Amino acid sequence: MNINPFILFFASILTSNILLTNFLGMCSYISISKDLKSSNGLGMAVTFVMTVTTVLNWFVYRYVIVPLSLEYLRYIIFIIVIAAVVQVLEMLIDRLSPSLYITLGIFLPLITVNCAILGVTLFMQLRNYSLIQSLFYGLGSGMGWWLAIVLLAAIRKRTDNAPAPVGLKGTGLTFITIGIMAMAFIGFSGMIQVQ
Amino acid sequence: MSEFTKIAKNNLIRENQILVQVLGICSTLAVTNNLRNTAIMATGVTLVTGLSNLTVSLFKDYIPRKVRMMVETLIIAFYVIIVDIVLRAYLPDVSKALGPYVGLIITNCIIMGRAEAFAQANNPVISLWDGLTAGAGYSLVLLIVASIRELLGFGTLFNIHIMPKSFTPFTIMVMAPSAFFIVAILIWIAKSSSFKAGEKK
Repeated sequence: MNINPFILFFASILTSNILLTNFLGMCSYISISKDLKSSNGLGMAVTFVMTVTTVLNWFVYRYVIVPLSLEYLRYIIFIIVIAAVVQVLEMLIDRLSPSLYITLGIFLPLITVNCAILGVTLFMQLRNYSLIQSLFYGLGSGMGWWLAIVLLAAIRKRTDNAPAPVGLKGTGLTFITIGIMAMAFIGFSGMIQVQ
Repeated sequence: MSEFTKIAKNNLIRENQILVQVLGICSTLAVTNNLRNTAIMATGVTLVTGLSNLTVSLFKDYIPRKVRMMVETLIIAFYVIIVDIVLRAYLPDVSKALGPYVGLIITNCIIMGRAEAFAQANNPVISLWDGLTAGAGYSLVLLIVASIRELLGFGTLFNIHIMPKSFTPFTIMVMAPSAFFIVAILIWIAKSSSFKAGEKK
């Protein structure tokens, strides 16, 4: 596959947003988006971890999994890499910047089980991206996720007070909002085509 | 009511993982525009949930508390790899269509949720039952979503034409947003009916 990394970067933010077109990372997306400030923190953490793990997993896949022909174990290896990165990052941030730890730290354990992180790694491996492409794909997908969660949190602040049928209040309304957001993002798809 | 029927009823209806707890939507909604793929995916999730629940429950006394989550993830990954290998051997075209989503069963929150919430504290047999029924409740919702999407999006069910020739397929049903709308409507129905049941009591 030969896609310009910059195009891939913008495409993964807008046209093929990991959340709105691939449904990845929904669990934390719905539960955290109640609050704008934590959404922003989690979005930042996801972007960071996603970029690091995608690049790291690219190396692991190319130089460990393929030479040792461990393809059938790749899920376990990828998830261990992700868990290890999250653990190391948590310790590093705690040491280096306590103020950042307060905003980011509590979200880091949540990220290991965020489907979007593993999803991006698997897509990267399946589509045979090069190193530069993987870097931009990871970064772009993270930023796309960040954008989506901040947008949803801002919208939810308004819809929470809106008069809605009792059964639809809360999660139901959130899902409809996400659906409308996904439709809006489809509007971008005329610009770039990657998949 | 015996404990088994109680668990089954809770997992299938009253505490349905998707509609009430809003868990585990991540990995599977993406394949709901085709009923056959959804059915296979849902079966995979159900089996993995049941078996990993059984395993976690069997080994719960030997797993140190500190590395509990990690061990659970590895157990889940082990079963997912088996599902992946079986799919690739027997249903290669489905495996290709599902792509990375089989691997993403690992991070499905339901499986981890059941292992943490139920298997940690209960005996193996009932944990297996709990996992299987939780998976069944999940499959039920996904199959409803998939049948609506495939019927309106392609006019087919299990790739067989159902709708009359004059029917124009809804393009939106093939795309991502429709899944969100359908889940929203299902949540609405489930919540309203539970409110009504509450009033009757």
